[in-house]
Amino acid sequence: MDEKTDKTAGAARTQAGGKRKKTAAKKPATGKKPAGAAKPKKKAKPRPRAKDIARLAPCGVGQPRRGLIDDLPGGCRDEDCKFVTRGVDVFYGEKQAIFNVSLNIPDRAVTALIGPSGCGKSTFLRCLNRMNDIIDICRVSGDIRMDGEDIYAGDIDPVLLRARVGMVFQKPNPFPKSIYENVAYGPRIHGLARHRDELDEIVETALRRAALWDEVKDRLKAPGTGLSGGQQQRLCIARAIATKPEVILMDEPASALDPIATARIEELIHELKENFCIVIVTHSMQQAARVSDRTAFFHLGKLIEEGPTEQVFTNPRETMTQDYITGRFG
Amino acid sequence: MTEPPDSHERIDWTAPQRLTRLRRRHRANRRMQWLGLGAILTAAGLLAVLVLSLLASGLPAFQQSYVTLSFDLKPALVNPQDMRRGKWRKIVRNALFAALPEVKDRRLKRKVFRIVSRAAPYNLRDYVMKHPELVGKTITHQVLLSDPFDQYVKGVIPAHIGAGAQQRFNPRLGGPEVLAAFEKLRRDGRISLRFNRNLFLNADSRLPEQAGLAGAIVGSFLMLLVTFIISFPAGIAAAVYLEEFAPKNRFTDFIEVNINNLAAVPSVVFGLLGLALFIGYAGLPRSTPLVGGMVLSLMTLPTIIIATRAALSAVPPSIREAALGIGASRYQTVLHHVLPVAMPGILTGAIIGMARALGETAPLLLIGMNAFIPDVSGMGISEPATALPTQIYSWADSPERGFVARTSAAILVLLGFLLAMNSTAIWLRQRYGRRTW
Amino acid sequence: MTTITMLAVLLLALFGYWFGYRPARKAELAAAGGRALHSRPVYHGLYVAAWVGIPSLLLVLVWLLAQGPVIDRLLLQTLPEQALAGLSDAQIRVLLSKIHTLAAGHALPGTPPEYVTQAADTLKRWRMIAGWAMLAGALAPGLMGLFWARLRIAPQFRARQRVERILDGLMLACAALAILTTLGIIVSLFFESLRFFAKVPLTEFLFGPRWEPQIAMRADQVAGQGAFGMIPVFTGTLLISAISLLFAVPIGLFSAIYLVEYASSRFRAVVKPVLEFLAGIPTVVYGFFAVVTIAPALKAWLHGLGISMAPNSALVAGLVMGIMLIPFISSLSDDALAAVPMALREGSIGLGATKAETIRKVLLPAALPGIMSGILLAASRAIGETMIVVMAAGIIAHLTLNPLEAVTTVTVQIVTLLIGDTAFDSPKTLAAFALGLVLFLVTLALNVLSMMITRRYREQYD
Repeated sequence: MDEKTDKTAGAARTQAGGKRKKTAAKKPATGKKPAGAAKPKKKAKPRPRAKDIARLAPCGVGQPRRGLIDDLPGGCRDEDCKFVTRGVDVFYGEKQAIFNVSLNIPDRAVTALIGPSGCGKSTFLRCLNRMNDIIDICRVSGDIRMDGEDIYAGDIDPVLLRARVGMVFQKPNPFPKSIYENVAYGPRIHGLARHRDELDEIVETALRRAALWDEVKDRLKAPGTGLSGGQQQRLCIARAIATKPEVILMDEPASALDPIATARIEELIHELKENFCIVIVTHSMQQAARVSDRTAFFHLGKLIEEGPTEQVFTNPRETMTQDYITGRFG
Repeated sequence: MTEPPDSHERIDWTAPQRLTRLRRRHRANRRMQWLGLGAILTAAGLLAVLVLSLLASGLPAFQQSYVTLSFDLKPALVNPQDMRRGKWRKIVRNALFAALPEVKDRRLKRKVFRIVSRAAPYNLRDYVMKHPELVGKTITHQVLLSDPFDQYVKGVIPAHIGAGAQQRFNPRLGGPEVLAAFEKLRRDGRISLRFNRNLFLNADSRLPEQAGLAGAIVGSFLMLLVTFIISFPAGIAAAVYLEEFAPKNRFTDFIEVNINNLAAVPSVVFGLLGLALFIGYAGLPRSTPLVGGMVLSLMTLPTIIIATRAALSAVPPSIREAALGIGASRYQTVLHHVLPVAMPGILTGAIIGMARALGETAPLLLIGMNAFIPDVSGMGISEPATALPTQIYSWADSPERGFVARTSAAILVLLGFLLAMNSTAIWLRQRYGRRTW
Repeated sequence: MTTITMLAVLLLALFGYWFGYRPARKAELAAAGGRALHSRPVYHGLYVAAWVGIPSLLLVLVWLLAQGPVIDRLLLQTLPEQALAGLSDAQIRVLLSKIHTLAAGHALPGTPPEYVTQAADTLKRWRMIAGWAMLAGALAPGLMGLFWARLRIAPQFRARQRVERILDGLMLACAALAILTTLGIIVSLFFESLRFFAKVPLTEFLFGPRWEPQIAMRADQVAGQGAFGMIPVFTGTLLISAISLLFAVPIGLFSAIYLVEYASSRFRAVVKPVLEFLAGIPTVVYGFFAVVTIAPALKAWLHGLGISMAPNSALVAGLVMGIMLIPFISSLSDDALAAVPMALREGSIGLGATKAETIRKVLLPAALPGIMSGILLAASRAIGETMIVVMAAGIIAHLTLNPLEAVTTVTVQIVTLLIGDTAFDSPKTLAAFALGLVLFLVTLALNVLSMMITRRYREQYD
């Protein structure tokens, strides 16, 4: 019985995958899509993927699936999750980087993606705000939903999506502008402030939230590139917050920083999860254990195991996870 | 704002004013994209106009029209003892009017004779001098048409110009009777259009129908030879020194600034240098490929040095370390290991430098390398010469209409050479290893 | 004679190589397995060859440079006094060139005076002597070098180090050729200009409002001094350069933006070679294109609009020069944009910026120094560009900023003043060098400024 469901699900997924590849191939990844949200009619077109999703045994409902666990109260049911992904495959040209990943990501919590380098965790993260669109040869197939909405659907505007899903990168990348302008960049392009006072307010709030305000309030006009590494990264976090996103994706945000700066960033992540859904990629297991509520372990492009952090670290289900956590490879 | 720092305000992205703004932003993005595409299409379009207009005016010059006549090579006219003094003009005249017996009037005859090129008697003479056994016989031979009729055959100029009541006979064709005579020749099948070998075999001439590029091509070749002999070894040596051996100090820094600056000094200034230094001071012969090549080698040197340095710095240091590690000296390392790896990049740079030198005009004008060379045989490194670009300039300046087509054809030949050189460079770059500059 | 001397030196050098190689090789073989020699025999050979070749070649070069002027000077002393009396420098030059022509075996128009034919014979004889003297002079240091170097060769002689030191020197000399070239440019332009400023005051040249050099061609015209004020010439240059930049900068910049940020890699693979080809077209071709295609078309079009345009207007020259500059600006802007780190692009896109916003607000400001330095280089090229303006712009200097009128440029004047003229001392010829000096200094300033910007810019991202 179990086997049968799995098979049909698998078949449906590959079918959906095939469709996805075509649509992905058609658009020239330039982000020049029509202002999608303006024409919701397109959505009425029957999309087989919606049905496939229903047929899948969803995480947290019905049969538990290998590696996907439902015991975080209210955290992992499809309807409660910020992101629901099913059967995600990612290709770089001919090479497949992600294999059939299905993962739920809860809101207002920190989900850590761990695994050895090159395992596809960053690639997966970049699917969540469609950053992979800007890479010519990258193709994403499968189903990724945010608040129940397919973010790869033709009518989704990646520009809008990225405003809602902020991102912090591995290397701090402040723009060569002043600190103020760095933070004000997002609000300005999205038109979040009607006048200067409002913008000042947004910048201050964002900098306060990123725990940077006290350090830079006297030199907002100084270039952002002049800050220390840790400060730069917090500036990038402030920059992401200023757009008032719902999700913040962090791609190894502390890997380029010293331990003290790292501790500050981790503290910050802890505070931010009150308001945001945070997904963090990290190669440091200690960091994942410290900051995350749930942990997903990737290996060679496959999702091996996912669950509450404590459980993944203390009582992993898979031997591979066990081996990785205890440092036998990776 | 009133929000306390803890509460998290969510933005309603679907609010109408937000969507309007989003649409506006996407419009701006598309505008930028279209502007970019438009810019590229403008550039490509201008290139297309350039190439097409050159093709349109230049392609006819790759064909040449001839008139086939029977020449009676009477010894009395040929003067077999000294053919140079033969009455060749008369022979051609007789042959033409033998084919046109109805033309009797002397004044008309003079006009009709202009159908045949003024070069025709000389061409016939040269032909018979090569085949002395023909003297005394009657031979059928093709001679050049004069430029206006050549153009008329190719359809470049019409028989009538102006429109409606203003329409009149094209004065360049000499009048209706002359044209009638010409049409008779055409009806008799005496006019033929052939591939224009003269364009490549003849040297310059005052007559468009006779003028060719041989002198310019030989001149350019000799000049590039000098340029290559000087700038290629010197450029590589300088680049190897700067990249592999030189200590980083103010002197080498100064050399580097100099090289970068020289790469951007206007070419006409190099011409002045050549004029003042090589011709004025050193007394080298003016107008010669030697001086031209020397001037151009000074211009090409920075290009080669920069390209060679880029190629050398693209060689992975591990190769040097490996060679030094087994006890090779610095020179052995460079000569045996680094240079061979960098060679494709160096050659690419050298070819591109040579291509640029081939197209360079202004310095050659200043050192007088636009001499009128009617004969290829006397050319040499230190003899006056002309080059392809200066030939183009001279022809472009000529008042005769026929030279417009000749100029375009010369440009097409020059562009052909450049295309071949650049394609070789691109091929080298793609065939051997990565992009080095 | 020069060829023979060079061949002789080459042969002697080859002999020197063998002369050094053979004993070293013998010693090596005799040692059979042991390391009898410090350096490989090849280096011994090269060492001797270098000692033979380099001094001889240097001597030949110096000899060749000095021979002409020295012989000319001596020749003038043999001429009868009355022949030279009252002759100006230019006339002496003409006289000398007559003697040279005669000595080269060409006929002169008319019958030359006897002292000229005599001088020609003397010249021929002296040249022969000088040739043999050069051969002997070249071979003497060669032979000395040969024996001296041979004496030093011994099994423990560090020949490799010596040869490498010599090679170091040769390569340094090649690298210093760049400095010598710059020096040559400065010296030749500067001294010829000094001679010009001896005839025309510097202030008149720099600030004079009239440029009429053609009058000065006729020295007998006392009234016609000619006017050498470079203001109108320079204004013309700036006008045409400004038109070309106004045309080329937006097109080149937007092309680069499209190529780097929007185009697919396939599109890039097609367009880039096209732009490279456009960049490789010789300027004489652009000049012809301007005269034959653009000028008539533009004139007809403007005529249709009721505007009349001079046949060789600044507009046509500027537009065609702009076409020439498009690929140049495009490729430099392309490099500048591509050098902006990917992280900045991602940072902006990740915040939900569109491509256009990323380009306008992040990439262009970050690439601005690179783009500016490219534009400066383009300006330097526009100012120094010669063939397009020689063919498409005017010769007469008008002080005007109207793009529909004909203006002339610095480079046009240089070329027209020098074509077909060898006399080195008329103000007309010398004016060309003064203009050349101005041109060199202006482009030098632009190039150095551009280089400084690039260097600082490079530091920013390294």
